[in-house]
Amino acid sequence: MLCATFIQAKVRMRPPIGLPKPLSAPNPHRLSSTVARDDEHLLVAAAKRGDTHAFEELVNRYEAKIFRLTMNITRNHEDAEDAMQDAFLKSYAHLKDFQEDSRFYTWLVRIAANEALMRLRKRRPNQFSLDEPIEGDEDLMPRELEDWGPSPEQRFAQTEMHEILSEVIDKLEPDFRVVFVLRDVEELSTEETAKVLGISVPAVKSRLLRARLKLRQKLNHYFRQGGTN
Amino acid sequence: MNCQGVLREISDYIDGELELSIKQELERHLEHCEDCKMVVDQTRLTVDVFCDSKPVELPGEVKSRLHDALRRKLNEKALRRPS
Repeated sequence: MLCATFIQAKVRMRPPIGLPKPLSAPNPHRLSSTVARDDEHLLVAAAKRGDTHAFEELVNRYEAKIFRLTMNITRNHEDAEDAMQDAFLKSYAHLKDFQEDSRFYTWLVRIAANEALMRLRKRRPNQFSLDEPIEGDEDLMPRELEDWGPSPEQRFAQTEMHEILSEVIDKLEPDFRVVFVLRDVEELSTEETAKVLGISVPAVKSRLLRARLKLRQKLNHYFRQGGTN
Repeated sequence: MNCQGVLREISDYIDGELELSIKQELERHLEHCEDCKMVVDQTRLTVDVFCDSKPVELPGEVKSRLHDALRRKLNEKALRRPS
């Protein structure tokens, strides 16, 4: 098992079993703006004026999330730590260039993702490419379809869920994983994800679709009723 | 819309980004296809469990190294700044 310490599941309240709920109704994801606290822009402004404590506060606030991001992309502890460190140092060095047309956190995610991607490409030069087109629908068909029961999230303890998520994302191919991580874990928009990765919006969507279906397939092994726990 | 069509649109459907006519077509299919409904619900749950995951605290030694590097950088910059 790899890196089981970097994703932690949060237990959420679910509607009571037995009551009707709109299982298939669209549920657009929250925007990345929910990530940042309201005073972020004040800290950024103070840091730009040279207040080092303000910048340290920003680091304290986001270091765990940025490390999770770099870990999720690289799946290598040393690379993840280097990428995180360089991301914070670069963000400090270039703070004056930050135009505040997006959240500081989103800007930081872009820098950290690029640092992590650079290291991933270096470590896996022949295994990671976002240039390959994806064609055909054959791999979309679910191979296994089983009932997951009322709520897998409540069946597993937090640490157990954390290990499951870490294990399944580790098995996802890097070119699908990075798209999924930026879009669904960091909650960047499709356009922002495309910009960070230097690929088109349709390419992001295509990889995201496959990443989600592949992860569903992998989670089926753990979440199916009476399945392997 | 058939099952293959649902799979192609599932991501945009979950994100609420489908055109109304396609969304309605997809939902008509879900009304009578239990398998597709299960895939849609499980895919949404897959996204939710990751989306709701929160990072654990940074390991102590990683945090120390980060803040040491940061302080060095901050001090460097402070020294360069004219008094």
